[in-house]
Amino acid sequence: MAQMQVKPTRMELTNLKKKRKVAVRGHKLMKDKRDEMVRRFILYVRRNKELREQVEAKLGAAMQEFVLARAQMSTEAVEEALAYPARPANVTVDTQHVLSLKMPKIQLETTEGFDYPYGFMTTSSELDGAVQQFSEVLPMLIELAEVEKICNSLADEIEKTRRRVNALEYVMIPQFDEAIRMIKMKLDENDRGNTTRLMKTKEMLANRQ
Amino acid sequence: MDHKKADIAMIGDRDSVLLAKAVGLQVFDETDTEKAEKLIYRLAREGCKVIFLTEPLFATCTEAINKFKSETFPAIIPIPDSHGASGVAMANIKANVEKAIGADILFSEDR
Repeated sequence: MAQMQVKPTRMELTNLKKKRKVAVRGHKLMKDKRDEMVRRFILYVRRNKELREQVEAKLGAAMQEFVLARAQMSTEAVEEALAYPARPANVTVDTQHVLSLKMPKIQLETTEGFDYPYGFMTTSSELDGAVQQFSEVLPMLIELAEVEKICNSLADEIEKTRRRVNALEYVMIPQFDEAIRMIKMKLDENDRGNTTRLMKTKEMLANRQ
Repeated sequence: MDHKKADIAMIGDRDSVLLAKAVGLQVFDETDTEKAEKLIYRLAREGCKVIFLTEPLFATCTEAINKFKSETFPAIIPIPDSHGASGVAMANIKANVEKAIGADILFSEDR
């Protein structure tokens, strides 16, 4: 490991000790943050997987139904039936700060009941089924969007934090330790040198008399 | 805390997105990668909060997706198209788990 270049002085020693203290504290905080994020991440990612499976199954069913409907009706008729939505779907969004992360909160504005956007005159029952199924999936889709976004940002942040924790634990703190040790040894050595020199001069003075 | 009304968009091939139109999503019929990416940028600028992309598009529009990945909104979410799920989205979840935890703990349970 590359060693830090430091001057062996007392001032440097105090500074380094202070820095080390900060690093250790930062390391502990980061580690706690990482652990908490991993815990949350596991919860969210489980939910994410569950939702994703459900959505894929349900959406697949709706799409299949829709394919059948298209087969029975002419393309123009289908497009005409679906061209104008009964009501626009809106979401309310919000952000929440959790562990210095911005987490989205997405909520579908509740719509009671369900209207078909078309009359029943020219459409087939398969189309009704497909639209119905799709509207049932929509709340799940929105929740999926929220959970998946949270998972994405958590995963990113966990990776970053882990790097920081490791950098502190395996690079910064050992470097500080090493530098502190070095300075201490140098200072001690100087001390010992001083003492011997004093002893020597004292002896020489005693001999001269 | 900002409460804003926002809308949801869906981009994909015609067969897959028509259905979404009936329930009131903003629907864009697009299969070309470049145009879809431009559309994503435009929607993001206009304040669209959730964009659903069909899986084939999600697999190709990586540039736009990576750009918005680190931002809170819009959330770009893959959904299966009319041909069913291709596994892109699941692979995405798996990649997330591996990135965050280092090992795949979620999918190994199933086996």
